[in-house]
Amino acid sequence: MEVSILIFLTGGLFLGWSLGANDAANVFGTAVGTHMVKFWVAAAVCSIFVILGAVISGAGAAHTLGKLGAVNTVSGAGMAAFSAALTVYWMTRLGVPVSTSQAIVGAIIGWNFFTGSPTDIGSLVKILATWVACPLLAAFFAVLLFKIVSKLVNSTKLHIFRLDAYTRGGLILAGAFGAYSLGANNIANVMGVFVPSNPFTAFGGGELFRFTAIQQLFLLGALAIGVGVFTYSKKVMMTVGSGLFPLSPLAAWVVVVAHSIVLLLFSSQNLEHLLASNGLPTIPLVPVSSSQAVVGAVIGIGLLKGGHGIRWRVLGSIASGWVTTPIIAGTICFVALFFLQNVFNQRVFQDHAYVLSPPVMEKLAAEGVATNSLSALKDRRFESWAVLQEALRALDTPQPASEKTTRAFAMIEPLTVTRSKLNRLLDSSFSPDQRAALRAMMGEHFLHRWRFEAALVERSAVWRSLPATPANKLANRQLEDQREEAYLLFQD
Amino acid sequence: MAVQLFKRTKQLELKVDEILDLVSQSAMTFDQAIDSYLSEGIGTRFNQRLDQMVALESRGDKLGLAVELQMYNETLIPDARGDVLTLLEALDGIIDSFKGVLFYFSTESPEFPDELRQNYGELAKVTCASVEALVLAARAFFRDVQTINDHLHKVHFYEKDADVLVTKIRREIFAMDLPLANKIHLRFFAERIVWISDMAEAVADKLTIYAIKRTI
Repeated sequence: MEVSILIFLTGGLFLGWSLGANDAANVFGTAVGTHMVKFWVAAAVCSIFVILGAVISGAGAAHTLGKLGAVNTVSGAGMAAFSAALTVYWMTRLGVPVSTSQAIVGAIIGWNFFTGSPTDIGSLVKILATWVACPLLAAFFAVLLFKIVSKLVNSTKLHIFRLDAYTRGGLILAGAFGAYSLGANNIANVMGVFVPSNPFTAFGGGELFRFTAIQQLFLLGALAIGVGVFTYSKKVMMTVGSGLFPLSPLAAWVVVVAHSIVLLLFSSQNLEHLLASNGLPTIPLVPVSSSQAVVGAVIGIGLLKGGHGIRWRVLGSIASGWVTTPIIAGTICFVALFFLQNVFNQRVFQDHAYVLSPPVMEKLAAEGVATNSLSALKDRRFESWAVLQEALRALDTPQPASEKTTRAFAMIEPLTVTRSKLNRLLDSSFSPDQRAALRAMMGEHFLHRWRFEAALVERSAVWRSLPATPANKLANRQLEDQREEAYLLFQD
Repeated sequence: MAVQLFKRTKQLELKVDEILDLVSQSAMTFDQAIDSYLSEGIGTRFNQRLDQMVALESRGDKLGLAVELQMYNETLIPDARGDVLTLLEALDGIIDSFKGVLFYFSTESPEFPDELRQNYGELAKVTCASVEALVLAARAFFRDVQTINDHLHKVHFYEKDADVLVTKIRREIFAMDLPLANKIHLRFFAERIVWISDMAEAVADKLTIYAIKRTI
């Protein structure tokens, strides 16, 4: 791996460290702050389960973040992560509670603005909606759990010391669950920007053990989170607890469990598949804010108790932080990318060339784009999206609505299936039938990724997506990952 | 590690239960000691009860210290530790007071006129009843906080009874034809006994607040 890649990855590691330093307090803050659990126990449990959550279940939420903005160079990704991390760190030093999720979203949008890349509005709306849904859901679960736990505690007549022992055990277990959820959901914030430009390659073979490139990336990020937990989270943990509303240890346990449930709901691919296969509405897999979930849960319990003890001023300052964080992160990212590109001559964006060849025109027509007006641009090569966009808008009948489709299919992404690349198939996640289809394409060259994928589907049905029903969402996403892996393997 | 944690928790529960048993036993011992004194004066029975009371008080002190040390060393119940330790100290104070009063009886040997003996006996019984109700309230605080008020109101009831009785005793003493020194001496013993029921009521008031704080 090049040194420059390592340097840019440190942006993500800094963000991971910030996440560990801040968000570990959401999981173990009250337990450590009230001396129910020792700090070193909390730090060890938190680190281990964050790593497990990130590596085992971290992929789901990363998809949505990748769709928001495909930061396709390591330097760009590193700067986006660094900007988010700097925002989080700076605002934490100022004493303003901050959300890492919101910081990275702001940074990605800042990258989109700088590079002229379109922001996927669908993904943005999905993410913004979860910023509202997350605290509300957390409040709902907290209230529900609180009522159940209250009833249980009152009916079992436990001795105060026995209850204390169970609460301690419960706080450690809930903390482990919370740390797992944090890793699963928030690793996308830390390393999601690096997925399109992932420098790692998969290793391991067969069905028993396989360590994919994404898992390696997430492990690195999770280790950074673990370091953040051990080195800086104690101070934050000791100040968390009664900041918003005074909580008993048992109520704190309810908050941690509610927070963990919400984070897992927004990151579990298996849950999504289970809901989909039973015809139930699915929850979008999006990195959500751990801080928001905790605040929502605490407010839920506070309102259940009458709302008198809630410190509304503190809540106000937290909410204003949530609004300003993405704006600040986006601005820092924009300015930093300017310097990175123009002062340090780093490529922060990998643009592609575009061509409207006959196969592309046929494909666009099949996708419902009116290609008559595009005939003036036929067979022309455009060196960047900006040039092609200008040409499209200069047509007699411009079609702004179809620009996204035109961009996707006209993009030149050359691939060649060579023997040397085929030899690396053993390290891949492909099934034997999928590998056979790839081997049958040896020597073939493709100008566009979609043509490569169409050829794969033509060769073998195992590469074809299943009908787009909710029940097939998980399988289709896995197939999408495999097509992405194949593209990365054979790209020129 | 979990097994050890729960084993230590169980031992702590037993220690606290034993402290509450000691308070209850001290009340019963006090009642019987006063009965013995009023019927026989300082005799074998009274001295046995006094020795018993000394042993109870000593055992209570040791257990209280052990519980306090364990709670601090293991940082148990951090949100209620102060309340629990204050409660245990107050209960230990009640045992100390019982012992103190019996020692006053032993060293000063008050002479009770026959017409006052029954009232003093009743005063001792009502005071002990207030302490017994307090012990039940304390047990409820540790195990079943929802039922604590069922016992706390009894503490107040018996304390008021004790106040009424002590006022009656005072009037009767000062209506008697006795030297002033004897009257003051007799009044002193009535007030020392009723003071214990006042202590029980003060602890009951604190328990009311602790119970509210225990709601999750």
